[in-house]
Amino acid sequence: MSAFLALLFRNRLAAMGLAVIAVILLLAMATPLLPLHDPDVIATADRFMRPLSEGRLLGTDHLGRDLLSRLLHGTRLSLAVGIAAALIAAVIGSAIGIVAGYFGGRTDNVVMRGVDMLMAFPYILLALAIVAALGPGLMNALIAVAAVNVPFFARNIRGITVGLAGREFIDAARLAGMGHTRIILTELLPNVLPVIVIAMSTTVGWMILETAGLSFLGLGSQPPQADLGSMLGEARSAMISHPHTSIVPGLMIFLIVMSINLLGDGVRDALDPRLRSGALSRPRATTLVRRQGATPPATDDLLAVQDLRTEFQVGKRNYRAVGGVSLAVKPGESLGVIGESGSGKSVTALSVMGLVASPPGAITGGAVRFQGEDLIGAPYEALRQKRGDRVAYVFQDPLATLHPLYRVGQQLTETIRSHRNLSKSEARMRAIQLLNDVRIPNAERRVDDYPHEMSGGMRQRVGIAMALANEPDVIIADEPTTALDVTVQAQILCLLDDLRRERGLAIIFITHDFGVVAQLCDRIAVMYAGRIVEEGPTQAVLGAPAHPYTRRLIACVPELGGGRRELAAIPGLPPVLDDLPPGCAFAPRCTKAEESCRQGEIPLQGPALHAVRCLFPERAP
Amino acid sequence: MGGYILKRLVSAVPVLFGITVIVFLIMSLIPGDPATAILGSYATPENVEKLNRDLGLDKPMVQRYFIWLGNMLTGDFGRSFSLNRPVIDVVLERFNATMILAGTSFVLCSILGILAGVVSATRQYGLADKAITFVVLIGISVPSFFLGMMLILLFAVNLRWLPVSGMYAIYGGGDLPDLIRHLIMPALALAAVATGVIARLSRSAMLEVLRQDYVRTARANGVSERRVIMGHALRVAMVSIFPVLGIQAGFVLSGAVYVEIVFQWPGVGRMLVDAILTRDLLLVQGGVVFVAACYVLFNIAVDVAQCLLDPRIKT
Repeated sequence: MSAFLALLFRNRLAAMGLAVIAVILLLAMATPLLPLHDPDVIATADRFMRPLSEGRLLGTDHLGRDLLSRLLHGTRLSLAVGIAAALIAAVIGSAIGIVAGYFGGRTDNVVMRGVDMLMAFPYILLALAIVAALGPGLMNALIAVAAVNVPFFARNIRGITVGLAGREFIDAARLAGMGHTRIILTELLPNVLPVIVIAMSTTVGWMILETAGLSFLGLGSQPPQADLGSMLGEARSAMISHPHTSIVPGLMIFLIVMSINLLGDGVRDALDPRLRSGALSRPRATTLVRRQGATPPATDDLLAVQDLRTEFQVGKRNYRAVGGVSLAVKPGESLGVIGESGSGKSVTALSVMGLVASPPGAITGGAVRFQGEDLIGAPYEALRQKRGDRVAYVFQDPLATLHPLYRVGQQLTETIRSHRNLSKSEARMRAIQLLNDVRIPNAERRVDDYPHEMSGGMRQRVGIAMALANEPDVIIADEPTTALDVTVQAQILCLLDDLRRERGLAIIFITHDFGVVAQLCDRIAVMYAGRIVEEGPTQAVLGAPAHPYTRRLIACVPELGGGRRELAAIPGLPPVLDDLPPGCAFAPRCTKAEESCRQGEIPLQGPALHAVRCLFPERAP
Repeated sequence: MGGYILKRLVSAVPVLFGITVIVFLIMSLIPGDPATAILGSYATPENVEKLNRDLGLDKPMVQRYFIWLGNMLTGDFGRSFSLNRPVIDVVLERFNATMILAGTSFVLCSILGILAGVVSATRQYGLADKAITFVVLIGISVPSFFLGMMLILLFAVNLRWLPVSGMYAIYGGGDLPDLIRHLIMPALALAAVATGVIARLSRSAMLEVLRQDYVRTARANGVSERRVIMGHALRVAMVSIFPVLGIQAGFVLSGAVYVEIVFQWPGVGRMLVDAILTRDLLLVQGGVVFVAACYVLFNIAVDVAQCLLDPRIKT
């Protein structure tokens, strides 16, 4: 509760709303004690005195009555009526909701049908009908407003009650022989009460406004009694000649409603855990770049990631997801990047085209060069023209990564037309062709399917077709088969490999699956805690792993037909990326670690192509 | 789709039936003798009895309800005694004016609200976002009748840009430009609250969608940012915005009552208030049933459109 209040007050606007409504409430309560003029004394000689006249702080109205006094009395009345209506609606509505939710079955059905019917009316029609039947008057307006809001409470509270009614403590109470009335009053009500109070606090402003509205129409409080609505209604005829008589009560209604709205927003935000962590922020079109240090010089690789650093800032903590990674591919080459979850391999992949969500992500160093041209910090349009055209992605979960409401053909043609000047029908032909290329049967028909109408394997083929759409030079496949079952996995991987051979693509596979890299990749890079710990030709790394981490990672993989072998899990957990120890990040989990492993920077080195970041490699590479 | 529409229409029948029952029950709440209520306390007993007979009030309640229902089904909503015209004629004429006002407001609040929400979401925590959030907060807090009065003061009285009230100029008006000039202020006053509500919702819906993986896919494919926002993201956000548009339509229709009074707009809301004050109960009853029925049908249209919007819904 105190945490909730702290959150509420951290929201300055909510605190302001609370302060304003508190002042208004205090004034309303103290009104009879204040030295005010009688609100109903008519003095025609003093009509329409302007605000700040002598002895009349807010002036007088069309009958010479003191406006300040009338305003405070009117506020008092409006608040009282609005709060009373909210209480009545809450009590009756909650009672209906609890009964319907607790008894369920036919009772629930009949009651909720009735509630639905009441909700089928635009609210004011119902209120008007009730006032029409009962006759104009403040009491009747109160009844009308309360009645109109009963369905809202009934529906909300029923929903909560249905959830509670099936819980164990209700069953226990029943088994203990408690009667329905007692269960409802002693077991259900205390649990539902907070919800009722919150629902009331969010609707009370609304009800004050509604009663003021009915009074404004002349259907609520009748003269000489006046609430804020009828003050405004009476002042309307003199609005053009003497606007202050309208503005004074109007502003008061506005202040009351706004402060209650602010407070309500604060309550809602404080209760919504997603907002609490501040997670609801949108990623920009490209990743933020805050690059420090020099940019490495260009190389002749097709795509080169050079000393890349990507960080995430969450609150005050800085997570170094990628800490100086260098990778490169040549045309037709396939590179596997392997590592556990959280090793930074996906973030590396997404950094290439500036697709890391930011906030919270930012690229803080290094370069990504495509044919020598640095993409980090490149203007948005330059980057966009390469995305999906020269460098394309295949993502992991095709159900989440394909747009759910566009047909797959639309998504393909859009990708094509973003880069090429083709007509819609030409692009559609090309889309069908692409679906054929990735071996989707009945491509002419499937092109009009929505993603949810396809199987997982088919969707992943669509993902690949999309990556191929503009005949890119590089495909970055981020765990392209993790979400699929084994036979489909094999098909998809073969497909990618065939395409690579046919078209001379470079492919970067991001995966945690040694089977995939063994089958497809020319070279392997192993990542741990945001850095590459070992890199080399596939056979060399798999056959003779040099880094203790790589060796133990391979030992984790069960071997088919390899007899019964003890699977060796790696003890401990990967390090937390906001507080990396100096030296080797794997040292705390490594059996061979020495004191020197925990000090200073350890370089990635080794003869020829097989490099390792370890002071005591397993075997001389 | 045709089957779904039919199913929804059939499911509306009990709701419409229920609406007539509710209105009928409310109207029979009238304390005392309705004829006395209409004629006033100075009426002679003979007149009261005659009116009771004319209104069919001497019959039992259930019978009265079915007579009333049967008459309505044949288009006979009774006769307004204060206007001395058939209720249905008056309601249709006034409903037309309300539709012009509420319809314009509804289109206005949908477009402005969604646009403001999208801009706000894409510039989150930026200057535009803060400005929109502030205006929206004021918009949802100011009562439409007060806003209407302030608009009149500013634009009609002080600046003299727009006519003070009414639907057409009394002399020489009647064409479309004249209607539009009269429509601007009431439509704005009526749209304000709904625009604010829709803008808030659109903002949070867009923020939710922009974090999704398929938005990243679209960006990875090199789709332009404009299309990512206004196409991919908004398309999905619309699925959650749309039902709220339906709910807001009900609020716009409700708010029309106040705005019609402030701007002397000859709509059905003003008619109802006048009818209540003159105790023309048949007119109230007919007007309420007619508008509520239209609203039910409108909501069915919203549901059907929602199905078109989201192919994942099984129809």
